[in-house]
Amino acid sequence: MSATLEKQVIDLHTSTVRVLNSTLQSEDATGAWTILHPEGRHSLAVGLTAPLDVTIDGQAGYYAAGMNQRANVVIKGNAGPGVAENMMSGSVHVEGNASMAAGATAQGGLLVIDGDAGARCGISMKGVSIVVRGSVGHMSGFMAQSGNLVVCGDAGEALGDSLYEARLFVRGTVKSLGADCEEKKMTDEDLAILKDLLKEAGITDYPAESFRRYGSARRLYNFNVDNASAY
Amino acid sequence: MSQNKNSPPRTAPRFSATFDVNTISEIQRAAATGIYDIRGAGTKRKLPHFDDLLFLGASVSRYPLEGYRERCDTDVVLGTRFAKKPIRLKTPVTIAGMSFGALSAQAKEALGRGASAVGTSTTTGDGGMTPEERGHSSTLVYQYLPSRYGMNPDDLRRADAIEVVVGQGAKPGGGGMLLGQKISPRVAKMRNLPEGIDQRSACRHPDWTGPDDLEIKIEELREITNWEKPIYVKVGASRPYYDVSLAVKAGADVIVLDGMQGGTAATQEVFIEHVGLPILSAIRSAVQALQDLGLHRQVQLIVSGGIRSGADMAKALALGADAVAIGTAALIALGDQSPDLAAEYAKLGTVPGAYDDWQEGRDPAGITTQDPELAARLDPILGGRRIANYLSVMTMEAQAIARACGKSHLHNLEPEDLVSLTMEAAAMTKIPLAGTDWYPGKGGF
Repeated sequence: MSATLEKQVIDLHTSTVRVLNSTLQSEDATGAWTILHPEGRHSLAVGLTAPLDVTIDGQAGYYAAGMNQRANVVIKGNAGPGVAENMMSGSVHVEGNASMAAGATAQGGLLVIDGDAGARCGISMKGVSIVVRGSVGHMSGFMAQSGNLVVCGDAGEALGDSLYEARLFVRGTVKSLGADCEEKKMTDEDLAILKDLLKEAGITDYPAESFRRYGSARRLYNFNVDNASAY
Repeated sequence: MSQNKNSPPRTAPRFSATFDVNTISEIQRAAATGIYDIRGAGTKRKLPHFDDLLFLGASVSRYPLEGYRERCDTDVVLGTRFAKKPIRLKTPVTIAGMSFGALSAQAKEALGRGASAVGTSTTTGDGGMTPEERGHSSTLVYQYLPSRYGMNPDDLRRADAIEVVVGQGAKPGGGGMLLGQKISPRVAKMRNLPEGIDQRSACRHPDWTGPDDLEIKIEELREITNWEKPIYVKVGASRPYYDVSLAVKAGADVIVLDGMQGGTAATQEVFIEHVGLPILSAIRSAVQALQDLGLHRQVQLIVSGGIRSGADMAKALALGADAVAIGTAALIALGDQSPDLAAEYAKLGTVPGAYDDWQEGRDPAGITTQDPELAARLDPILGGRRIANYLSVMTMEAQAIARACGKSHLHNLEPEDLVSLTMEAAAMTKIPLAGTDWYPGKGGF
């Protein structure tokens, strides 16, 4: 297992995003990789398919770790819009804040954001689990289809607007609920899922019992003229 | 002539042009139900169209090609700007994006078989890629839509090109809609949604908002697919000069421009009939945008929305398009609107030629349905042959016209080969009115 112990480095002062991605996407790539001087570049470590451990040593631009499959990516800084968008599996850990649309449409894996996330966190999520240690912006969980969004801080306006079957957990305040989103009873199953996610995200300071659970009221699932003002 | 004073002549019943039979029935329907009408297909109103243009043909001043001996080539290459692996089609008519969900798996397979048989491409739709269509399509374009239903990077890499869908001609500015009747267990699973609910697809992409973001999104898609796949950007015809300019600026290899005659699986009637431009009015300004950027023929233009024949195709190419796409016409070729189904259409309250309740999933032709019994009526092999026949006829028709204009390749057709039949067409296309060298605006108003 020498490959996994060896420190493999790509320095974006001397290399390019194209070289970075083609190297990490290569069938030969294994083990741990560190990306130096990312400096907000876009599309870093996108389309990975192997169980690599990738550390982005600084700030990432748009779509960092986009469409990730199996890799574990750590961003030691802030992430731009669409971090881990459409992730299928693996994990992405943002140590700073994340901009809008974090985890958009992601179908699997775990996205952990240590700071805050901007607007539309988890938009159209399709199975991913997202854990945000801070707060999330407006319209988070918009059209969320399935998966889990955990917010240890507060949620902005219109949380869970047009929500489908995703589970939303918020510990702090919710500025307002979006169309067809309502608070639900925390079931034993919900609590078990939440406890697992907090554990996976390494969050021990908040008990699962201190969160509230939100979900779809399912009133907009079929067109009904009485709901016309909500569409 | 004596007149009976007790019964003076009555006026004949007179119907209003403003309140015509369709208008009256729509008011009655709206009053009874309280909800707008949703239907499939494209606009049904009469619009300026390719019928308003004619080819001149050759004579003393132009030299024709022999119809049965001299070559008239039809091949086209799409995606030459940035993609490492451009798409090569034998004929410049492709199958437009239509979803599995809107269409049965059998219909998608038939489209793939037919397109592959004549060396052209087909396109996925909102809902992802099925193994049937990938397996039966030699060249498959993968749509990347706002909903991202069924979107996964493995399919992205399996595709031959990627089409970022910003809008479609039937509903520029609108998202998709798939009513619960068509959400079968398989469709629901692919889209990760509960069965039987009415699906509203988003109208905006979830992770980018404007042309500057689109540029970064296109770069991400290229990075994920090793810069191999051509990236198309599809827009509904609304502000074609600016939309094409911005899509090119964002890095598109190919622009797909869809006019309001383009079909839809399910959209509000008011949207279909009142939003967007007829394709005839949109091509010239799209071509102008490409010419102003010095990229005409380098960024290819695919035109769709009401293309029905080789003549329509030849006219679109003469106006500056590189290829055309068909959707509704392909469904008709598969068996939609067949007179053989008259008795079954009658049960649905309609007649062959007018069936448009594609959203209901009760299509007796087995095309716009997820009902297993109805879908099984469509034989994908036979359907594929019908599609191949139709595409071949379109190509031969376009060649016949091009040879008559003296062109050895369909792409040599040019605006000078055309005349306009109406003032509207002349104004929209800058093709002179027949018998004149003038179009509205020439020399200034």
